[in-house]
Amino acid sequence: MHQAPAVARVIPPRRRKRVAVVGTLAVFATIALAACGSSSTSTAGSGSSGSSGGEPWAGAKTVGFIMVGEESDQGYNQAVYEASQQVKKDLGVNTLLAANVPETQQVTTVMQQMVDAGAKIIFATSFGYQQYAYAFAKSHPDVLILHQGGTYTGGKFPPNLGTYFGEAYDPVAMGGMAAGAVTKTNKLGFVYAFPIPQTVDNVDAFELGAQKIDPKAVTYTVATSEWCDPLKQKTAATALLSAGSDVLTQHQDCQSTVIEAAKAAGAYVVGYHFNASDLYPSGWLTGSVWNWAPLYESIIKTAQAGKFTGSQYNANFIGTFASGNNPLTLAPFGPAVPASVQPKILAEEAKLKAGGTIFTGPIYCNNGKVLVAAGQVATPAQINQFTCFVKGVVAAS
Amino acid sequence: MNGIEQALTTGIEGGTVILFPALGELIGERSGVVNLGTEGCMLAGALGAYAVGATTGSAWIGVLGGLAAGAVLGLAHAWMVVRRRADQLASGLVLWFLAVGITSVLGTSFVSRTVAPLPVVRLPGLGSIPWLGTILFDHDPLVYVSYALVPVVWWVLFRTRVGLVLRATGERPEVVAVAGRRPDLVQLAAVTLGGALGGLGGAQLSVGYVDNWFDNMTNGYGFIAVAVVLFAAWRPLWVLVGSYMFGVALAAASVLQAHNISVNQYLLDSLPYLVTLVALIVFARRGGARTPEGLARALNNTT
Repeated sequence: MHQAPAVARVIPPRRRKRVAVVGTLAVFATIALAACGSSSTSTAGSGSSGSSGGEPWAGAKTVGFIMVGEESDQGYNQAVYEASQQVKKDLGVNTLLAANVPETQQVTTVMQQMVDAGAKIIFATSFGYQQYAYAFAKSHPDVLILHQGGTYTGGKFPPNLGTYFGEAYDPVAMGGMAAGAVTKTNKLGFVYAFPIPQTVDNVDAFELGAQKIDPKAVTYTVATSEWCDPLKQKTAATALLSAGSDVLTQHQDCQSTVIEAAKAAGAYVVGYHFNASDLYPSGWLTGSVWNWAPLYESIIKTAQAGKFTGSQYNANFIGTFASGNNPLTLAPFGPAVPASVQPKILAEEAKLKAGGTIFTGPIYCNNGKVLVAAGQVATPAQINQFTCFVKGVVAAS
Repeated sequence: MNGIEQALTTGIEGGTVILFPALGELIGERSGVVNLGTEGCMLAGALGAYAVGATTGSAWIGVLGGLAAGAVLGLAHAWMVVRRRADQLASGLVLWFLAVGITSVLGTSFVSRTVAPLPVVRLPGLGSIPWLGTILFDHDPLVYVSYALVPVVWWVLFRTRVGLVLRATGERPEVVAVAGRRPDLVQLAAVTLGGALGGLGGAQLSVGYVDNWFDNMTNGYGFIAVAVVLFAAWRPLWVLVGSYMFGVALAAASVLQAHNISVNQYLLDSLPYLVTLVALIVFARRGGARTPEGLARALNNTT
């Protein structure tokens, strides 16, 4: 008698999958890159470019952008893609694009290919690229590497490395206000991946914003343990909707599934990453959307002028409302946000832009502990270490 | 709707995504060919359905597109294995790699497109049964198709001549050949049909359930389908049970959180896999005795 086929045991799906994605996507990324590279009029003699300011990337004419996902994902990656197109138009530089590049050694290969195609400045735009980006900067001192979302902790910054991001929670709080204005059940739903500090901050800010308009607002949460798994997103959205939430929002990489679920149920949505109001014009309230172009352009101009090293970008740069350079902005309001509430939200935004934050005490955790004491204003460093959900957030985990 | 009702309702909707591919894989394995590319067939089906749906404006025509895309991959696997004598496991995996890459490239322009999804239809009469009506009869029509398909597959496999030939092919292809049939053609047909059902599962995911296409959106559920077939020991009714069990476990993770029932998130998320794993272990012995002989031979002598 033969043994049962040991199929499931032979193939651990997760690991195999990763290998597969790396393998196949690597091929396609390479093809895409080759295609882009060939169309760019390579000005990459580039030894000659060191004339102004002495930095190797001064006068750079070719800039690379590496994305972890689809350039049309209505989310994080599309925001990067659109900014790169804006940069191309505004600054007249050649742009090299690579999409669907996994967070593996593959990034290094793509960066090398970009350098070979003449790129002097490379934006590595996914958080998980960080170790590869740092290592590449070290081994290629003549190439400027910028990492999106990371916080470099390796001590003194190499002269050719910078990281940058935007403060997410303040715009998210504005979205929370819009949600608080339209909810009839006083229940809001939040789909997220993992309770990491960035996400905890967003959930808290959303609830605190909602409370400003509707003191009885409660935010229910479901964690999916995935950044983009449509099946789990749908399941999460359905569970939240049927438990009474009538506004949904999320901290996920791809947002269409949750928006479609809200649409089917006649609920409202507050978006994240990208303005996807086209998907559901009547129910889209607003959202926190990335507008990277001004920051990218500012960084590139600084580099082209040969003044990058030692600048504010040669560091962990975080754009904020308060400093007027937050790349995360509030999307336009949808028609469902009452005209009486819109000025209140904009007034709150103006207050934050004048130097406030939504995390102004007294704020309590949902277990009763004090998160921010009365009269205190949390600093960004403190906020980035929050691990507790605030009072009014229902989180089971 | 209370939490239990919710978990069961959502569980059936999500479980159907697994059920179609698992039924397809059961048919293929009964003929003696395992298809680890089921995940790829699902992915192709999900994109095929969404792309055709977006282009034609009809989710129903999209479903046909999903079936076709899955069938093409199924046929490719069948051709490699049956005609070219390729290793079954390797061929299936290669197919899956291929599907991930191709759908990623071809799918880019469909990521932001919208399709009017398959409508949710509450069946007249049955839908008004208290409690069960909502759980079983308030879904998109593909779910009802799956209700019908399970007994049909059982009946064909175990009560018709076609099913007998198919099962005989999975046990002793030589005998089938001696009886004047072509076991290779039987396998080609069975594996292609299995691929088509994988594609149908993908269609249920993209145009039936989540109404969305996204890069690599099946996220390993095709492998769950293959595992469900083992758990079910190649019996259609148990495939249904296994698929729904996985679907309900998946739904329960969300429903518990939305109702503020405190369970560790990571435990919740591993619940569907734990359930599948435990079921596999518990039923492994019984399954072993029922493994189609041809299949066991093919897998044990993979040279």
